[in-house]
Amino acid sequence: MSGGDVVLRATTVEKEYPSRRGPPVRALRGVSLQLERATTLGIVGESGCGKSTLSRLMVGLELPTRGQLDIMGEPVHPGRALARSIQLVFQDPFSSLDPRVTVEKALTEVLTVHHLAPERAQRQARVDELLGHVALSPRHRDRYPHELSGGQAQRVAIARALAVEPEILVLDEPTSALDVSVRAEMLNLLVRLQGELELSYVFISHDLSMVRHVSDIIAVMYLGQVVEQGPYADVLDTPRHPYTRALAAAVPVPDPGRRPSGQVDGAGAVTMVGEALTAGPAGPTSDGCPYLPRCPLAEQVCAETAPQLGAIGPRHRVACHVALRTARGLPLSEDVPV
Amino acid sequence: MTGGTGVTGGTGVTGGAVHAEEEQPLLVLRDVRIGLHERRGPVEIVRGVDLGVMAHEKVGIVGESGSGKSLTVLSVLRLLPDPPIRLLGGTVEYAGRDLTTMDERALASVRGAQISMIYQDPMTSLNPLLRVSTQIVETLTAHTTPKHDARRRCSEVLHQVGLTDPDRVAHAFPHELSGGMLQRVMIAMALAVSPRILIADEPTTALDVTIQRQILDLVGELHETTGMAVVWVTHDLGVIAQFVDRVVVMYAGRIVERATTEELFVRPVHPYTVALLGTLPREGAAHRSPLTQIGGQPPDPSRLGKGCPYRQRCPVAFDRCSEEEPPLLPAANGGVAACWRAEE
Repeated sequence: MSGGDVVLRATTVEKEYPSRRGPPVRALRGVSLQLERATTLGIVGESGCGKSTLSRLMVGLELPTRGQLDIMGEPVHPGRALARSIQLVFQDPFSSLDPRVTVEKALTEVLTVHHLAPERAQRQARVDELLGHVALSPRHRDRYPHELSGGQAQRVAIARALAVEPEILVLDEPTSALDVSVRAEMLNLLVRLQGELELSYVFISHDLSMVRHVSDIIAVMYLGQVVEQGPYADVLDTPRHPYTRALAAAVPVPDPGRRPSGQVDGAGAVTMVGEALTAGPAGPTSDGCPYLPRCPLAEQVCAETAPQLGAIGPRHRVACHVALRTARGLPLSEDVPV
Repeated sequence: MTGGTGVTGGTGVTGGAVHAEEEQPLLVLRDVRIGLHERRGPVEIVRGVDLGVMAHEKVGIVGESGSGKSLTVLSVLRLLPDPPIRLLGGTVEYAGRDLTTMDERALASVRGAQISMIYQDPMTSLNPLLRVSTQIVETLTAHTTPKHDARRRCSEVLHQVGLTDPDRVAHAFPHELSGGMLQRVMIAMALAVSPRILIADEPTTALDVTIQRQILDLVGELHETTGMAVVWVTHDLGVIAQFVDRVVVMYAGRIVERATTEELFVRPVHPYTVALLGTLPREGAAHRSPLTQIGGQPPDPSRLGKGCPYRQRCPVAFDRCSEEEPPLLPAANGGVAACWRAEE
């Protein structure tokens, strides 16, 4: 992991959406995160956890209700032009490419809008360079989206994001619309590009094995809050929040001889009960832990005060009363049973 | 490829597993061929699939988009989107009767009563204008359950699929429920009739992993308690590894490998299976170490030509592979593989 150069910082970001009945929906609750240059921050969580809201805030498509987002040291504020330094790549490449526009046009458009390569020859050279970055050949220039495979279309989407020379790419489920064999290609490409262009990634996915493969730091979100974060191995190999453990345990491992990870021996059942409450009015009250209704480890304190993220390892933090108390009574080694 | 080659050595039905001889498969697909009608004439996209499903077993069908896995299972209950896609040949036998030629009324008594199907998109099986309870009760009464029992069964199954408030869900219209809830409603509807076979076409792909786990656990439990056979179509190798007993791998409209789950993951034989397993991030491998890529792309079904359809992407292809398409041959892992090198 390189330096301590922070390219993106979220400080107690809150996002509320008005609701016709009752109080506003709280989609994000006090999210604080940071992304260091040329590293990857993985964000995992299930539908409704706020990960997509967070990605929209990061690229400036929406503004936080409270709290602050800094990109390259500058706060995102109303009226600020959409930052060139941060680009979003969506899950479905075909929905973000115009079906009537060739690959070349899709790329030159971006260059023209941002006045990046004023002369025609420059633009041509830049298009070839961009295609080269994503391992497409110049013969793909004249193709229309329908003439591309899913993997190729996603490469074009990435090339287009790269056209404005961003520092940060926000990748929202970049591999989930792709076939298994193409996923590997895409992950290899992203890892290579990160090295070559010193890119920083926010990698949002529900696929823990993909997130693990590319991330340095992983943040686990539940109902608009970060409930656990830390180096990838800490979070996924020794998950401490009961939600992270349930999530890790639920992932089917492609190895018939092995049970899913996350089922920590001797820790008792971590399987959660019920289904996620939606954020907002129907969600949990502001007292107490948001995970309480599903938590098999809940205690009295969990109903009274919401847990804050607290250190449980050198860079590993968790928002769980039980995990924090257990860890405090014991040395901070990796073998601590939670 | 002819249907006969697929059942070489009797493995077409049992996938090499040793079954007692008297045990008959519940469902047998023989030489199933499915075509897409284009102006130039039909293009075969499922090219002779042989598959047997025993009672009490869970079979997984794995493959990528375009491999023909979904069409194969859709053809079982004659649910192919015809036009433009139709069955060109082959038979689908259930309990000794051919479903492909059965009259509609007889088929209706099999559909949804003895063989249930669930899909990736729950709205495929739900009517947006009817309350959930009406739809489930209707399914049950259509198959001769008295109305009173049907109501009781309805709340029972909604509870079974892990819905926390089954009564509220029963009274809701589909648009009032979330995607995950609808998915479970559809599954409840399929399971309400206690089918002998459940065919699932990627029903959990769009769901969160924790919900997926609940559904796999539920189906697994029903399989244990009622002996319901399961055919699970997916591209998720994790689900395959954790859930099914036996796997068929499809590529370019054919089964290219068939083996027990254990053997397939430990000793994959077909180069495509080997490559597919290699693409997964492996635990224990160095962080960010490059994943195996499968070069090239699946072939265009209208331009297959002779020879093995995987040959252009195959690292071990030799002369014979471009001349003759290999039939399913006995493989070193006890299963069968459509590869001239299967026995090596």
